[in-house]
Amino acid sequence: MSYEPVIGLEVHVQLDTKSKLFCPASTVFGAEPNRNTSPVSLGLPGSLPVLNEAALKLAIKVGIALNCHVAERLKFDRKHYFYPDLPKAYQISQYDMPVNKGGWLDIEVKDEKGVVHNRKIGITRAHLEEDAGKLLHEGIKDGTLVDYNRAGIPLIEIVSEPDIRTADEAYEYLKALKAILQYLEVSDCNMEEGSLRCDANVSIRKPGAEFGTKTEIKNLNSFRAVQKAIQYEIKRQTEMVENGERVIQETRLWNEPKGQTVKMRSKEEAHDYRYFPEPDLVPFTIARSLVQEIQASLPELPAARTERFRKNYDLSHYDAHVLVQEKTLANYFEACVEKKVSPKLASNWIQSELMALLNEKKIEIEASPVTPEGMAGLIQLIEKDTISGKIAKDVLPQMFETGRSAEEIVREKGLVQVTDTKLLEEVADRVIAANPSVVQDFRNGKAQALGFLVGQLMKETKGKANPKLANQILTQKLS
Amino acid sequence: MMTQAQHALTLKEAMQTAAKGGAENLLKALTERIATLNPKLNAFLRFSPEKIVQGTAGLLNGVPIAVKDNICIEGVETTCASKILKGFVAPYDATVIRKLKTAGASLIGQLNMDEFAFGSSSETSAFGVVRNPWNLDCVPGGSSGGSAAAVAADMAIAALGSDTGGSIRQPAAFCGVVGLKPTYGRVSRYGLIAFGSSFDQIGPITKTVEDAAILLNLIAGHDPADSTSAPQDLPDFTKTLSRDVKGLKIGLPEEFFVKGLDPEIAKQVQEAANTLKKLGAEIKTVRLPHTHSAVAVYYITAVAEASSNLGRFDGVEYGFRAPAQTIDDMYFETRDQGFGNEAKRRILLGTFVLSAGYYDAYYLKGQKVRTLVRQDFQKAFQEVDLILGPTAPTPAFKIGEHIEDPLTMYLSDIFTIPANLAGIPALSLPCGFTAAGLPIGLQLMGRPFDEATVLRAGHALEQEIGVYKQKPKLS
Repeated sequence: MSYEPVIGLEVHVQLDTKSKLFCPASTVFGAEPNRNTSPVSLGLPGSLPVLNEAALKLAIKVGIALNCHVAERLKFDRKHYFYPDLPKAYQISQYDMPVNKGGWLDIEVKDEKGVVHNRKIGITRAHLEEDAGKLLHEGIKDGTLVDYNRAGIPLIEIVSEPDIRTADEAYEYLKALKAILQYLEVSDCNMEEGSLRCDANVSIRKPGAEFGTKTEIKNLNSFRAVQKAIQYEIKRQTEMVENGERVIQETRLWNEPKGQTVKMRSKEEAHDYRYFPEPDLVPFTIARSLVQEIQASLPELPAARTERFRKNYDLSHYDAHVLVQEKTLANYFEACVEKKVSPKLASNWIQSELMALLNEKKIEIEASPVTPEGMAGLIQLIEKDTISGKIAKDVLPQMFETGRSAEEIVREKGLVQVTDTKLLEEVADRVIAANPSVVQDFRNGKAQALGFLVGQLMKETKGKANPKLANQILTQKLS
Repeated sequence: MMTQAQHALTLKEAMQTAAKGGAENLLKALTERIATLNPKLNAFLRFSPEKIVQGTAGLLNGVPIAVKDNICIEGVETTCASKILKGFVAPYDATVIRKLKTAGASLIGQLNMDEFAFGSSSETSAFGVVRNPWNLDCVPGGSSGGSAAAVAADMAIAALGSDTGGSIRQPAAFCGVVGLKPTYGRVSRYGLIAFGSSFDQIGPITKTVEDAAILLNLIAGHDPADSTSAPQDLPDFTKTLSRDVKGLKIGLPEEFFVKGLDPEIAKQVQEAANTLKKLGAEIKTVRLPHTHSAVAVYYITAVAEASSNLGRFDGVEYGFRAPAQTIDDMYFETRDQGFGNEAKRRILLGTFVLSAGYYDAYYLKGQKVRTLVRQDFQKAFQEVDLILGPTAPTPAFKIGEHIEDPLTMYLSDIFTIPANLAGIPALSLPCGFTAAGLPIGLQLMGRPFDEATVLRAGHALEQEIGVYKQKPKLS
């Protein structure tokens, strides 16, 4: 019996505002503990919240980009629970009237056969709320300290419909969501600094049946962790059901080192949040003109850019999609292509060779020692047949190490491709003479034998021979 | 003409004195007065002449103002008369305090109150009951009992109180002084330690209606730090005070003159109505049909907000913290030892009405009835300009009389709560005395943001009746 997983994601994203959601305290990351605070973000008696207009605008921006309906009225609610990182013992959030609801996000997922599927994932809501502080345990002998720098930073909580069916879809959903948020410039989406956090709701069911009992998974620190935790949870639940057990509704924590989810609290232990309308913030009408103004100011979003790349640069949809999903990668590509090199070549070289080097050295593409102009220079040498692709693969790491241009390296090391037909004919003769049995194989119809001979010729010329020309000359001589 | 005792000056007189450099003498006279009387009345929680926030210049030129202990003053301990806030020193000024400082007020001390403003008798203070200057065996009313007692006993020239369900007006009535609850949104709540956020208003407690107008001028106005503060025009409330009341339509609500209202009070209020008529006002009967639901609705919605607002007193950041081994124990012990019984009762009640499964039946229903009460007033104000009634159903009761009987205590606010539910301005002023010599207060309610008319009618009535000049006999 196979089961169908049903997955929904809740993503919390810090909105990139200068000041907090309800007070003027700074939001800068990494400040000394409790430096970025005010009576309001400390929840001091008598303090009152005042909405940060910039945060509201960013939230609306997100809503529009996710195809949501932007609410007519803005209303906040109090969500109550006791925890030392929550200074007022309630979080100002939105309960029954989220600022955005009813949208969707398009994603593309490659299956195991490499076929790309398009999926539309519903967005239930994307609402505004304030972040909590942080407890500090490490290096403290006796007790716990609280840092309220994060308390009150604006968050948008984006809740998906239970439309996701696989761990890979969840991964692609997060990537697509992050791409949109980065294009909108509403958040840096840095998971390490906690500016993007994700919880996953997972259940399984027989296809077409009612939803099964779900578990909520927390403590997911990377997109890969989300993917792995969902895979684990699907397996765990499937085994339970197959053994005749029942899945219990509970909150579970992802334990990364163990690669397991572990029980945190049951449904019965869950908080009663006692939501009620925040009396300190009077509901107000969101002017349609404001929504239109924000809509008109939206930048080019990933879907549109993918389409433009596909059309203008003649890339495959998939290549364009992969480039565009990382805004910085797409920007690098466009800067490179501006130097009039082949977009196809640029796309290949950036996505394979350059990315491999960057990943190995753990460098972000914005900080790449090889600039887009430098990359274009290398590609131009390939295009002009000055060097072969093979040589170029040796040149790029040197550019990466030294920051020097491809042209300099090629000139200095004498790597210019040999296109001198006479010279290559001489080498070809030597190769043919030295490998009589291989030549015989070729003449007997073993086509692969030519490859060996070309390889020998390349070796003799230290890789500098123009491979196309070498191939031609050998074929001629052997026919 | 004999010089009047400095401590007995009205705010207006004190301002004239201070303008001529008399603030220092004024302060000295008050200091002596407080030193003599506070041991009897317990109106001030904190008074230290050496720590006075000394004002200069401005309109007040250093005239001392006393403040209820739930309004934050930078650098000064503010406790809401609760053990749980013992030691909490506010690091910022409430907006009204900033305004008073700018106006040159000297802030001479903080006044006792019911713990977190939960009460109608000032008996729930963690720091001892306040006594009524007219009869030391009686309560001064509450929750701003310290403010009303201090002003009545000439220990303060004028004071600030706060009113959530009658906490300015009822003690003003019990102590024979003037108390004004402004329109919700007229005065900034920033820095007022919240009880019921959608009800709370800071307002003046003074010796005369004119003084109330002067003090309201100083503290009112839109505040960007309080989203519920109204961006409304701010008239000079003293300007229209002495205009006559000819042609004003004044309504007497049937529902306020019912069984349970002390006959002596009913008689005095009726006489006040006659006085207004004599002055040219038109007196009519009006209906406020949902008055009977007001107390119930208030004790559902206001305590819901209170339970939420008091969550922050958990021992983590400030105030009292009970020693404990685990975080849960710290919460339980801190809140168990830190809060008094009435605070606990209201937190429990408020938590209950907001819990899953009960919210619709209580809080949501309460909000709907609140709308009905508001509509009662809207309808009434289509017919009349002001509504006149008693402030409280009884005069000041004996200390200890109702403290074990919360329901009777809650009914003490039956006539003041409707104005808080509707958010409208309401003024209490003394209009006579019972046979036993206790003050009787009447209440004038007006349209939203029409404090000017309320004060004008109040002033006319006060001058005509003249009882405001009477003082309690204290030695």
